[in-house]
Amino acid sequence: MSSHTQHSGYSVGGLVKWIDSRLPVFTYLQKEYGEFPAPRNFNYWWNFGAILSFMLVLMIFTGIFLAMQYTPHVSMAFDSVERIMRDVNYGWMLRYMHSNGATFFFIAVYIHLFRGLYYGSYKNPRELLWIFGVVILVLMMASAFTGYVLPWGQMSFWGATVITNLFSAIPLVGDWIVTWLWGGFAIDNPTLNRFFSLHFVLPFVIFAVVALHVVALHVTGSNNPLGIDPKGPQDTLPFHPYYTAKDSFGLAVWITLFAAVVFFAPNFFGEPENYLRANPLQTPAEIVPEWYFLPYFAILRSIDFDLWFIDAKLGGVIVMTGSILVLFVVPWLDRSPVRSARFRPVYKWFFWIFLLDCVLLGFVGGHRPDDLVFEGVKQLEFIDLGHVGTAWYFIHFLVIIPVLGMIEKTKPLPTSIAEPVLGGGQAAAGAAAKPMEKA
Amino acid sequence: MTDHASEPGGQPESRRDFLYLSVGLFSGVGTVLAMWPFIHSMNPSADVLALSTTEVDLSPIEVGQAITVIWQQKPVFIRRRTAEEIQTAEQTPDADLPDPQSDADRVIKPEWLVVVGVCTHLGCIPLGQRSTEPRGDWNGWFCPCHGSHYDTSGRIRKGPAPENLFVPKYEFLDDNTIKIG
Amino acid sequence: MDIGKRLSRAAAIAVVTGLALLGGTTTDVGASETEHPEAQDWKFTGPFGKFDIAAIQRGLQVYLEVCSACHSLNQIAYRNLLDLGFNADEVKAIAAEYEVTDGPDDNGDMFERPARPSDKFVLPFANEKAARASNNGAFPTDLSLLAKAHPAGPDYIFAVLTGFDDPPDDVELGDGMNYNPYFSGKQIAMAQPLFEGSVEYSDGTKATVENMARDVANFLHWTAEPEMEDRKRIGWKVVLFLLVLSALLYATKRKVWSSVH
Repeated sequence: MSSHTQHSGYSVGGLVKWIDSRLPVFTYLQKEYGEFPAPRNFNYWWNFGAILSFMLVLMIFTGIFLAMQYTPHVSMAFDSVERIMRDVNYGWMLRYMHSNGATFFFIAVYIHLFRGLYYGSYKNPRELLWIFGVVILVLMMASAFTGYVLPWGQMSFWGATVITNLFSAIPLVGDWIVTWLWGGFAIDNPTLNRFFSLHFVLPFVIFAVVALHVVALHVTGSNNPLGIDPKGPQDTLPFHPYYTAKDSFGLAVWITLFAAVVFFAPNFFGEPENYLRANPLQTPAEIVPEWYFLPYFAILRSIDFDLWFIDAKLGGVIVMTGSILVLFVVPWLDRSPVRSARFRPVYKWFFWIFLLDCVLLGFVGGHRPDDLVFEGVKQLEFIDLGHVGTAWYFIHFLVIIPVLGMIEKTKPLPTSIAEPVLGGGQAAAGAAAKPMEKA
Repeated sequence: MTDHASEPGGQPESRRDFLYLSVGLFSGVGTVLAMWPFIHSMNPSADVLALSTTEVDLSPIEVGQAITVIWQQKPVFIRRRTAEEIQTAEQTPDADLPDPQSDADRVIKPEWLVVVGVCTHLGCIPLGQRSTEPRGDWNGWFCPCHGSHYDTSGRIRKGPAPENLFVPKYEFLDDNTIKIG
Repeated sequence: MDIGKRLSRAAAIAVVTGLALLGGTTTDVGASETEHPEAQDWKFTGPFGKFDIAAIQRGLQVYLEVCSACHSLNQIAYRNLLDLGFNADEVKAIAAEYEVTDGPDDNGDMFERPARPSDKFVLPFANEKAARASNNGAFPTDLSLLAKAHPAGPDYIFAVLTGFDDPPDDVELGDGMNYNPYFSGKQIAMAQPLFEGSVEYSDGTKATVENMARDVANFLHWTAEPEMEDRKRIGWKVVLFLLVLSALLYATKRKVWSSVH
C-alpha cells in the first residue's frame, strides 16, 4: 500500500490515502482482514463465519427485491407471491433463493454453533462473543417465523396461529399478549402487516448484532481446533491471503450446493401444504414447522403432563424457551479449563451424543406424538422419544457439562499451535511432559 | 505483515499470476451475471406487459366527439375531428409551430387523431376532451397547470411545453378498431 | 375464547365438507389408511426433465372440457398458453370463447365481454359460496398449484383420477360421497370425472381414462411450476460455472498455502 501512496494525489492510491486520512476504512480493513493474525491451524469448520456473512447479505438482497413485488394483505398476499413466481422477471429465482436461503442459513448457523460447542469457543475470554451469537440465533428464528407467514399459505396461517397462541400460556397477561400480537381476535390482516414490517427490519438488526459479534471476535481473536492461545507470530498467519483464499474456496463449494437445491429441488425443504391458500376455517391434518424448528417443536410437545401448579401448556412453553436460554449460560456451566474436545476424551463422546439427541428431537418433531416409532411396537410412541430426548437435552447442559468440567481427566495440551503442525513427534513428546495449560 | 507470510507459495510468478487473474475474472463475471436477475426483476413483468396494448372500438364516437382510453396506465385522447378541424390542422404553416410537424405525419386517417393525453411540459393531463372544458386558443387542448395550448393536431402552439402531444404507435385492425401499442 | 369458538366451528365445517377438500395431507386421521399413490414415469422429473408439450396440450383440452366445469385455475392467464406452443391468434380465439365481467362502463354498469389473452382463466363460480351451493356443500379446489400442494404431486393427481372404485364392504360412504382409496379419508365428494372417450383427442391418442388422467397430471404439473424448464436450464449453467470457480479457488488456496504446509 505504501508504494502506491507515494504517487501523486491523482492516482487510485492517492484517493485511498485521501479518504483514509479522513475516515480510516482502508486502515481498518487492512488491520482486521488483511494482516489480522489468525491461528494457523483452522480447519474447514472455521469457514462458516464467512458463509454465514454471505447468507445474511444474500437474504437481505433477495428480500429487498421480493418486497418490491409482494403485497402484505390477506386477500392478495398469496396471489402476489404466485405473481412473483410466474410473471416477475426471474421472480421464481429470487423467491427460491430466499426460501431455500433460510434453510441454508440455518444449516450453516447450526454447524457454526456445534463447532463452537465442540472446540469450546464460548469459554473465557469469548463469553460475550458467544452471547452475541445466541442473540443472532434468536433473531434469526424470529425472522424466519415472521417470514414464513408472509406467503399466506395454509402452513403460514396455522403455524402463526399455533406459535402466537404459545404466549397465551403466560399466566395473567397471556391472552392479552396474544390479542396484542394479532391486533385482532385471530390471525388476520393486521397480523400479516406487522409481521411483514418486522420481517423487513429484523435482518438489519441481525446485521448490527453480527457487527458486534465480529468486533468481539477481533478483540479476543479466534479460537482454533487446539483451543490454545497463539503464543507468537509462528502460531498465526495473516488473514489475507491465507484465510481469504480458504474461505473463498469453502464459500464457493457452499454456493454450489445451494444452487443445486435452488435450481433442481427448490421445494425439497418446503411444506407442500403451504401451496394452498390460507383458510381460517380449515386446519391442516398436521401442523409442522419448517425443519429448523423441529427440535424445539418436539421439546414443546414433550411436556404433556401437569407439574404442580404448572399445566402442560405453560410447561411446554417454559421448557422450550429454556432450551434456547440455556445456551446463554453455557460459558458458565462449563468450568473445564480445556477448550477443545480434542483433549477432552469424555466430553467428546457426550458432544456426539448431544448432537444425535438434537437430530432425534428433530425427527420426533416431524411426527405426531402418538404415532408409533416402529410399526407393530405398541409400546413406543414418538412422545416417548420426545420425553427422553428433551430430558437428555437438559441433562447434557445442566449435569453432564458442569460435572465433566470438574472431574474429567483431560489429555495434555501441546505447548503451542505451531508445534504439532510443524514439529511432529518430537513436539508431541515435549508437550506431554508439560503441565496442563490453563485456558 | 509478518515475515513468513510475505511470499506465499514458491511457484513461478507467471503461473501464479495467471491463476489469480482467472479467479478474479471468474468471480467478477459471476458477480455481474448474478446481479442481472435482481435488476431485471424490476423491469415490467409479464402480466404488466400483457396489458401493454389496448384495442379500442371507434364506432360509437360521433364526429366532433372525443374519448379517453387508458393505455399503459396513461390516458390516450382519441378525437374524431370535423372537416374544419382537419383543414385547420393541415394548413398550419411550419413557421407557426414551436415543434414543426405536419398533420399528415401525426395521423393514419385524418379523421382520427390519437395522442397520449399527457402534457409534454411536466406531465399534467390537458383539458379539452369535453366540449364544456376549455380547449385553448387553437381549439385543441389546454393544460391548466402552466397554460400550454395545443391545436387540433395536438401540436404545441403556446406555453412552456417543449413538444407536441406524443402520438402512440397504433394500427387499424379494421375500419372501426384500432390497437394501440 | 374466541379462537376456541373458531376452532370448533372450523372442526364442524371440516367434518361436513372437509373430506371434499384436497387437504394435501401426508397422513390422514381415522382408521382407514389412505393408499399411497404409485410413482409414475414422467418426462419432467430429474435435472434433465422437460415438459411433454403434447401431453400438456391434451391435458388442457381435458381441463377445459371436463374439469373446468367445477374447478378454477386462477393463477393461469390465457396468455400463458403461448408457452404451450399456441400462437397469438390461437390464444386469442381460445380466450374469446369465454365471457368475463368488466366495467363499470360510462353509465356505471358492469358488462360482459369476450375474454382477452391478458385475462386469467374464467372461474366456474362467482365465489366459494356459489361453488359450495352447486356442489353439495363441497368446494372444488383450485387446481393451479395442486401438483405442488401434495407431497406426491402429479402421481397423486393420476392416482385419484384413476382410483375411483366400488367401495369395499367395510366402508360406509357418506351421503353424496364416492369411494377413492387415494383421497384423504378414502371418500371424495367429486364423482368420477373421466370415462373412456370423455374427450376426443385430435392427435389420435386414445382417450382412455389412464391417458386422460396422465395428460391432466402433466398439464397441472405445468400450471404449478411453469418456470421449470427455465429453472433447470439456467441451473445447469450456474452449477457448472460454480464448479469451475470452486476448482480455481481450490487451486488458489493450494498455491497460497503451499509455503505453510
